[in-house]
Amino acid sequence: MAVTRSQRPTPESAPHPSGDNRFRLLEAAMKKHQYRPDALIEVLHRAQELFGYLSTDLLLYIAHSLHLPPSRVYGVATFYHFFSMAPKGQHSCVVCLGTACYVRGSAAILAAAERHLGIKAGTTTPDGHISLETARCLGACGIAPTVVVDGTVTGHQTPEQVLIWIERLAQMVE
Amino acid sequence: MDLSELIEIAEHERASRRSIRIRCCTALGCQSAGALSLKQRLEEAATEVERQDIEVIGVGCMGLCGNGPLVMVDPDGVLYEHVRAADAPSIVAALDGGEATAPLGDPQHPFFTGQKRIVLEHSGIIDPERIESYIAAGGYQALYHVLHEMTPADVIDVITRSGLRGRGGAGYPTGLKWATVAKSHGNRKFVVCNADEGDPGAFMDRSIIESDPHKVLEGMAIAAYAVGADQGYVYVRAEYPLAIQRLQKAIAQARRLGVLGAQIFDAGFTFRVDIRVGAGAFVCGEETALMASIEGRRGQPRPRPPYPAESGLWGQPTLINNVETYANIAPIIRHGAEWFASIGTETSKGTKVFALTGKIRHTGLIEVPMGATLRQIVEEMGGGVPDGHVKAVQTGGPSGGCIPATLLDTPVDYESVQRVGSIMGSGGMVVMDDATHMVDVAHFYMEFCKDESCGKCIPCRAGTAQMLHMLDVIRAGQATPADLEQLEQLCLMVKETSLCGLGQSAPNPVLSTLKYFRAEYEALLNHNADRATTEP
Repeated sequence: MAVTRSQRPTPESAPHPSGDNRFRLLEAAMKKHQYRPDALIEVLHRAQELFGYLSTDLLLYIAHSLHLPPSRVYGVATFYHFFSMAPKGQHSCVVCLGTACYVRGSAAILAAAERHLGIKAGTTTPDGHISLETARCLGACGIAPTVVVDGTVTGHQTPEQVLIWIERLAQMVE
Repeated sequence: MDLSELIEIAEHERASRRSIRIRCCTALGCQSAGALSLKQRLEEAATEVERQDIEVIGVGCMGLCGNGPLVMVDPDGVLYEHVRAADAPSIVAALDGGEATAPLGDPQHPFFTGQKRIVLEHSGIIDPERIESYIAAGGYQALYHVLHEMTPADVIDVITRSGLRGRGGAGYPTGLKWATVAKSHGNRKFVVCNADEGDPGAFMDRSIIESDPHKVLEGMAIAAYAVGADQGYVYVRAEYPLAIQRLQKAIAQARRLGVLGAQIFDAGFTFRVDIRVGAGAFVCGEETALMASIEGRRGQPRPRPPYPAESGLWGQPTLINNVETYANIAPIIRHGAEWFASIGTETSKGTKVFALTGKIRHTGLIEVPMGATLRQIVEEMGGGVPDGHVKAVQTGGPSGGCIPATLLDTPVDYESVQRVGSIMGSGGMVVMDDATHMVDVAHFYMEFCKDESCGKCIPCRAGTAQMLHMLDVIRAGQATPADLEQLEQLCLMVKETSLCGLGQSAPNPVLSTLKYFRAEYEALLNHNADRATTEP
């Protein structure tokens, strides 16, 4: 490799070659953890928060910064459900499939949402507008069944109510 | 920081209280039902009437989550349910003899009066976002007492004599675990709080952290002193953003006051706490997987021994307890081992918090003495199934089992619940009615376990997939009696040979439904088929 240590820009001062400011914020998170390999999951959380999903390039960048083999970073990123390797839609609708929600009819809610959007849970509409997801349990079982619409937890849901939410999301054109 | 300063903060806090307190629940359940805008409206309404004796405070969970948002008015103890922001002015006006537009709740309902609150003693009463509120309730005095008047051995002795057992589900004696970590040698020791509450249908730990985070931190600090640790981690699941946010706030406040950090209470004891956020893997609730995750690796379990008490985080002795276990520590120190041991049953001491959900009238969080019967909890406190009958109660999540209605008189303690084929688990209790098909329930949990299997050991990785397939075949009406027998055998094999608790307990929902609801499986069998169904 022709690149020597002295040529490597110091993380704090220089912007990322791409000019993307989010890298500077990611760099700050890694610095906070002193680039320790055991902070990998924390760093991946921050990266996903900043970029929306974890692209292969981003994983390589993190591997390089934390001095970890890319296989290790890829292995961790794919092990945990929370990390996504594909871009998400602009809006999200998450149906909780925990036991309490299940007993109170969440399967019918999910089926109605899938039918209406014409996609399966875990995917995004072809126009990239709405992602339909499922959750294991949000711990909001007291108000089951629950659905999270763009980050807001709503309780006591019905299939009809969820279709109204989805319609509302569909009309929110960026 | 010393004791007099602590008492000064407590007195100042108590003196600055106003005579009428309107407590508004701001835990997740009520927030989702609009509690934040309600609280704001209550504050505005209180300001508008220009009364200096009213204050509005945000508190943690009051328990009856299904009827939220909840508002309680002190000192008269008036409870309002399903409160909308528009009801706020009328609630304030009701203090002057007006009539509130929000429905009144009944604080004398068995849901509340049947409880014994130790873990939840401050929940719904103090402001979880202010350390002063916790200190005013006597907080951090147990830690002071421990650091200045007890040796680590004394602390372990008290916890051992109290009979406290792990609240994460397995029920291992807490004192014994602490003693093992204290005896182990290492360059450094760690204390870990397991808040990776992954069982669907359980939200005790979330609620405890959202309602009284300092209590957990105080318990961890006392544990750290007892075992000789100087660093703690709270491993919280990423699905609990509000709990994470309140915990972060609590840690920062505790550091600022010097009840966490270096030289706590000038006693030569240092203890720091960091939060580690999980990333959505159920298996990380298993202690060795949890430690792998804290170290930034894939959350895969490893064989034990060595147990974490001897070789845990980075190979050092590590104490791992559940949120609720830590929340019991300060009360035990405050009131003594004998007091705690006098509550509960012969082998299960103290209380247990349960998340009561599913087809039940009153859903929410309750804390009852160990040994209370399922009937008391489900029918008296929970009010039973609305228009229907209890068919079964599921305890322990995917690791537990379904207890049929005929066994509702089973007392809830570690041994009794295990005897009827389920486990105490962390405290999720899902009530099912006649509309719930038990083969579907078994299928639901098996699908969960198959998805969550980490893939390290074959019995769990291949076994859960195979069991799920067999359940699919049964549900499709294509299975023979021989298939059912084979499913049972496979269940036992996976149970006996899996590496960790996930695999060892994954067959439980199938085995317990087979035990009590076999007729539902048999009704789906095809007695004429002669094909084997072993290939997925």
